[in-house]
Amino acid sequence: MSEIGIPRLGLAAILFGALAFAIVPLFVPTYQVSILTEVLIYAVLAMSVDILAGYAGRTPLCLGAIFGVSTYVTVYWTSTMAGSPYVGMMLGICAATLVAMVFALLAIRTTGVYFILLTLALGMIIWGICLRWTSVTGGENGLRGNVRPVELAAHLPFYYVVFAAVVVITFAMWRFVRSPFGLTLRGIRDSDSRMRSLGYNVSLHMFIAFTVAGIFAGVAGALYAMFNDFVSPSTVALTQSVEGLLMAITGGAGTLFGSFIGALAIIGLENAVSLYTERWQTVMGVAFILIMIFAPEGILGGIRTLLARKRG
Amino acid sequence: MDRRTFLKTGVALAAVGTVASPYVARAQGTGTIKIGLMAPLTGVVAAGGREMVDGFQMYMDEKGGMMGGRKVEVIVEDDGANPDMALQKARRLVEQSGVNMLIGNLLANTGLAVANYVKGNGMPYFIPIIAADELTQRNRIKNVVRVAGYTGSQFPRPLADWCLKQGYKKAATISQDYTFGQEQCGGFCQTFTEGGGSIAGQFWHPLNTSDFSPYLGQLANLGVDVIFAMETGADATRFMQQYANFGLKGQIPLVGAMNMTDQSVIRTMGPEAEGVIVAAHFAEGSPAPVTKSFVEAHMKKYNKYPSLYGFSMYSGAMWLDEAAKTINGNVEDRDAFLAAVSKTQLTGSPLGQTVKLDDYGNPIYDVHIRKVVKNADGKLWNAPIANYPNVSQFWTYNPTTYMEQPPYSRTFQGIKKS
Repeated sequence: MSEIGIPRLGLAAILFGALAFAIVPLFVPTYQVSILTEVLIYAVLAMSVDILAGYAGRTPLCLGAIFGVSTYVTVYWTSTMAGSPYVGMMLGICAATLVAMVFALLAIRTTGVYFILLTLALGMIIWGICLRWTSVTGGENGLRGNVRPVELAAHLPFYYVVFAAVVVITFAMWRFVRSPFGLTLRGIRDSDSRMRSLGYNVSLHMFIAFTVAGIFAGVAGALYAMFNDFVSPSTVALTQSVEGLLMAITGGAGTLFGSFIGALAIIGLENAVSLYTERWQTVMGVAFILIMIFAPEGILGGIRTLLARKRG
Repeated sequence: MDRRTFLKTGVALAAVGTVASPYVARAQGTGTIKIGLMAPLTGVVAAGGREMVDGFQMYMDEKGGMMGGRKVEVIVEDDGANPDMALQKARRLVEQSGVNMLIGNLLANTGLAVANYVKGNGMPYFIPIIAADELTQRNRIKNVVRVAGYTGSQFPRPLADWCLKQGYKKAATISQDYTFGQEQCGGFCQTFTEGGGSIAGQFWHPLNTSDFSPYLGQLANLGVDVIFAMETGADATRFMQQYANFGLKGQIPLVGAMNMTDQSVIRTMGPEAEGVIVAAHFAEGSPAPVTKSFVEAHMKKYNKYPSLYGFSMYSGAMWLDEAAKTINGNVEDRDAFLAAVSKTQLTGSPLGQTVKLDDYGNPIYDVHIRKVVKNADGKLWNAPIANYPNVSQFWTYNPTTYMEQPPYSRTFQGIKKS
């Protein structure tokens, strides 16, 4: 173990991953650059899911909706209000934070399957509002935005802006889960009654963790608004939350960086497989089942176990 | 599914699979026109998406895979009935597969998402199915053209006029609560009330409503002369069944949007659908010789009557072919190609009439008032009973003044106060 708390191998892997994300876009066609951009954005969503699912032991099914709230607000600000995209993104993140705080107040009392169901219901409320409040959200048709500034219209410059943002976000999240606060969350995951008897305010910790996850989901949502320039109810639908969760689990829940692997695997597979068969969803389903059987800790988790076994 | 249909589906899937993989026919030199065809092959409207691909393919097969004298490679992509996915697929077709044009999509939200994307890069995008009014009205995008399609409010207007001529004075509407439904109801209500009729009530229900009894009970008690219904897919089937079960059939005449009695709906229905009247450009039961031979050819190839989806994509393909011919197949020159598409007058379409585009990229049609009847083979189809020539998306209005009114929504239905 080095001083900063990650094994040297891990550090090397992280640097290698970051370097790959920095260099590869220079050598691939523009379409793949846009896919990589999407991977980065979804990795942030998956990491925010991981904060709750992996570190605090509560699986949320509403972060996709919070992500979408930010997208909606950003697009609404730039299209209907004709405002600046950067202000729009700030407002989007603020809106996501507010929604996350309200949801947190409602959800932190519950655990396990009740937490999953409650967050699912809360997410569905957002979806319902976006679908039916036609005068503001455009209903089923969604909103066509004007978010992407001209200087970022090309895929490559936009990719590097997102890349820079994601590096900063990832570092912040990593510090967050490594902090004493993050350790407390892990304690709550393992036994909240023990943490409570040790004098920790579990509800407050959960509230903060939920809100922070919401902020990061909101950042991802604002970036997504700029990426797609369009938003419709499918962005806040349940599938969005599930996708984020699947990425976190595929990569390895409780590993944070696994989210990048998960996002890359899922988006990459989605794109590659759908080239060859329209039954790509079946292929994805089989892939998930295989991962759950052979690497229930996710890809990164599986690699770690393997390495540990070799050393031991 | 019996073994025979299973085999057929399998063969059809295999055929599409071949088309779908862009690497199969990739390296055919510069002589190939690449067309990106997007359709929802998975998700809630997958059946319609399948018929879209079939319709397009049927035309290409008839022409030996040629368009404007050049070989055509059709790259089929599934949009999953989801706008985010449609966007991603559009990006892939344009940026990776290098297509010359995009065509397709079924749901308005997928079409609007793709339209916003092509606005930025000028890629020609054709929408034979997407009916959202605004794409060829207030928010027109130059390179988005509705070849062989129609707008939501276009056909209900002649239907409203026809209703007034039958002496109906008081109407009610029931519709799925989304833009496509609001536009159709808006077209009907505006023309109906401006012609002296009145609207006694409007009902909006969510998509996928299984029980219509609360609405039917209220509709029955309004004392109206006619009911206009706008339903698609399974909602249409359920609505017409429950309308009959409620005893309203035969009591209050039922008219509606063309989607309600499309082949994709009435194919599986019985006598409860008979007698429903809608307005549309296409009627598979039309006695016109070209329509007859198209319907027979479709029957022979796919063992069913063509639906709106198949017909529109077939005509759309024909339209692009005709346009490409006038510029010797040089579709790479986008401006020339789009201009050719706008100028093209489609003479050979299965409609049996010449079709041309208005100045806003939307076709002008002779509209049939059509009625669901049982044909000689004992199957239900739509037979024309009246005809309105040259109906554009603006009906009798001046386009400029028309577009000054707000777009149709739940709150604005163009109802004239009397």
